Amino acid sequence: MKKVFERPKSMYPVSTHYCPGCGHGIVHRLIAEVIDELGILEKTVGVAPVGCSVLLYNYLNCDMYEAAHGRAPAIATGCKRVHPELVVFTYQGDGDLASIGTAEIIHAAARGEKISTFFINNAIYGMTGGQMAPTTLIGQKTTTSPFGRTSEEAGYPLRVSEILATLDGAAYVARVAVNDPKNVIRAKKAIKKAFETQMKGLGFSLVEVLSQCPTPWKMSPSEAVKWVEEKMMPYYPLGEFKSPKEEG
Amino acid sequence: MGKKTLMTGNEAIAEAAVQAGCRHFFGYPITPQSEIPEYLSKRFPEVGGCFLQAESEIASIYMVFGAAGAGARVMTSSSSPGISLMQEGISYISAAELPCVIVNVMRGGPGLGGIQPSQSDYFQATKGGGHGDYHVLVLAPSTVQEAADLMMEAFDLADKYRNPVMILGDGFLGQMIEPVEFKRRSSTDRPARDWTITGAKGRAQNVVKSLYLKPDVLEQHNLQLHRKYQKMIKNERRVETYLTEDAQVVIVAFGMAARIAKTAIKILREKDIKAGLVRPISLFPFPYQTLEKVAEKVDKLLVVEMNLGQMIEDVKLGVCGKAAVHFYGRVGGMVPSYDEIVAEVEKIVKKKR
Ligand SMILES: Cc1ncc(C[n+]2csc(CCOP(=O)(O)OP(=O)(O)O)c2C)c(N)n1
Ligand code: SF4
Repeated sequence: MKKVFERPKSMYPVSTHYCPGCGHGIVHRLIAEVIDELGILEKTVGVAPVGCSVLLYNYLNCDMYEAAHGRAPAIATGCKRVHPELVVFTYQGDGDLASIGTAEIIHAAARGEKISTFFINNAIYGMTGGQMAPTTLIGQKTTTSPFGRTSEEAGYPLRVSEILATLDGAAYVARVAVNDPKNVIRAKKAIKKAFETQMKGLGFSLVEVLSQCPTPWKMSPSEAVKWVEEKMMPYYPLGEFKSPKEEG
Repeated sequence: MGKKTLMTGNEAIAEAAVQAGCRHFFGYPITPQSEIPEYLSKRFPEVGGCFLQAESEIASIYMVFGAAGAGARVMTSSSSPGISLMQEGISYISAAELPCVIVNVMRGGPGLGGIQPSQSDYFQATKGGGHGDYHVLVLAPSTVQEAADLMMEAFDLADKYRNPVMILGDGFLGQMIEPVEFKRRSSTDRPARDWTITGAKGRAQNVVKSLYLKPDVLEQHNLQLHRKYQKMIKNERRVETYLTEDAQVVIVAFGMAARIAKTAIKILREKDIKAGLVRPISLFPFPYQTLEKVAEKVDKLLVVEMNLGQMIEDVKLGVCGKAAVHFYGRVGGMVPSYDEIVAEVEKIVKKKR
């Protein structure tokens, strides 16, 4: 009998610590599948963030660093400059990347650092219990915006992909989602393209993933996937913002 | 090699790094150490090194984290305000046990302070600086030659203990020109580094990390680090004693202050005041035992620092009440002159105790 579905080799056979309906596990799996398909497990290095996915190295079995909050792109830079032959990626939440780590991600992209970043935008600080993130939508209630985020008090949510796409060093920038099977397939394609961009030496690549975070959103998993589509996508449109020119 | 060249302290530190096999530098410009990155940005292309000017000292120290974790001989350099920004990273590097060398060419603080020489980061360098229970091995040169020697050795010590080593100099040392000879090549064979990030080829995954969520596991990690620091304390205490044998009064100073104190001691001896010097070279580990011994024979010590009294706390711990410990310091970029030190010692000698 032909096996049609199995665990990627790049993943440990364990269950994750994520809440039911969390997007992190899906993205982990997609990254593992792509690593397998590209046959790069032995030369891939990941950098885990501070956030719910800090234990990423318990799930993916490539070599990994655990960064300080927001500093993953700097660590990835240090590694890549020592081992240019390795495929180096960072995995970061929105607090990690778009708030405390804004300088590091912008400059890694501006330098055209040959790394790939998978940026999980769930519009909230998951790990610390649901505080406002730089990506929290206007009107969205969090534990530190209990009456809903207002632009007067907290300004406007950051569109990271659009910002980074303006930088010459960024070769591939895309925003995807993992709220339904069709989007999951697209997300995987983008992740693959990001790795390929790096492997071709074309520059920095980033895939922003709109990801559901049901627990602090105070929603059921099915409400959460709907919220991604109805609330997040209008403000954070999906698509490729920058892509290397096709060869040939 | 084996030839003397005239160089500034900063250039000598940079060249020593190259000769010790360091091939990765990450840093951000700041006076009075910018000659280090400037020198390396020119020199590294000749030896196939990687020089990268980072967007901040925060990024610099995490690039060091990444490169050290990847197995490279790596360094950064900065001056006081920049070193403050690096403290979080130094704590993470210490926790993850990554070897690297950090140079602090100190200037006056607090805040933006000034750009003139100072020794006011003693506490920060020796007592932690960042969060958590950790220590950086701290070496304080007082001549350009010693800066080069210690810089080369620093990389070996970093490897030996899998720990950051800090070279603590000041703007004076960084800027002054002296003859220097690059005496030895630091051993090229580094200890095995099977824990580094190289891609999990033919082996299980390596992880460079600092998170231990279970308290009993973190306690074990802390205790293991502690044992390592105890080893440093046992093996790496460095101190110079100068004319302490017959001394009636002993000056304790490190780095540039010690150098000025030596001149003062010569003048004092011409005036028939038998002064001597204890110069801690390793500030962590601190040579408490030397001071304990000195205090058995001398009842008056003068600590001279370019701050308002930081190392004096360690001197007092070493002396343990057995002798009077006096203090003279200049701050803000003002450097104590040997005349001032002579006058201070003469005052102390006249005192009962
Ligand atoms: C320097 C520092 N500041 C604050 C924290 C606390 N902290 C841990 S995770 C986190 C936010 C994580 O949110 P995000 O990056 O969005 O990831 P998520 O948990 O939502 O996946 C914060 C503020 C920390 N660990 N370090
Ligand atoms: S808090 Fe959010 S991001 Fe964290 S595990 Fe739960 S659902 Fe996932």
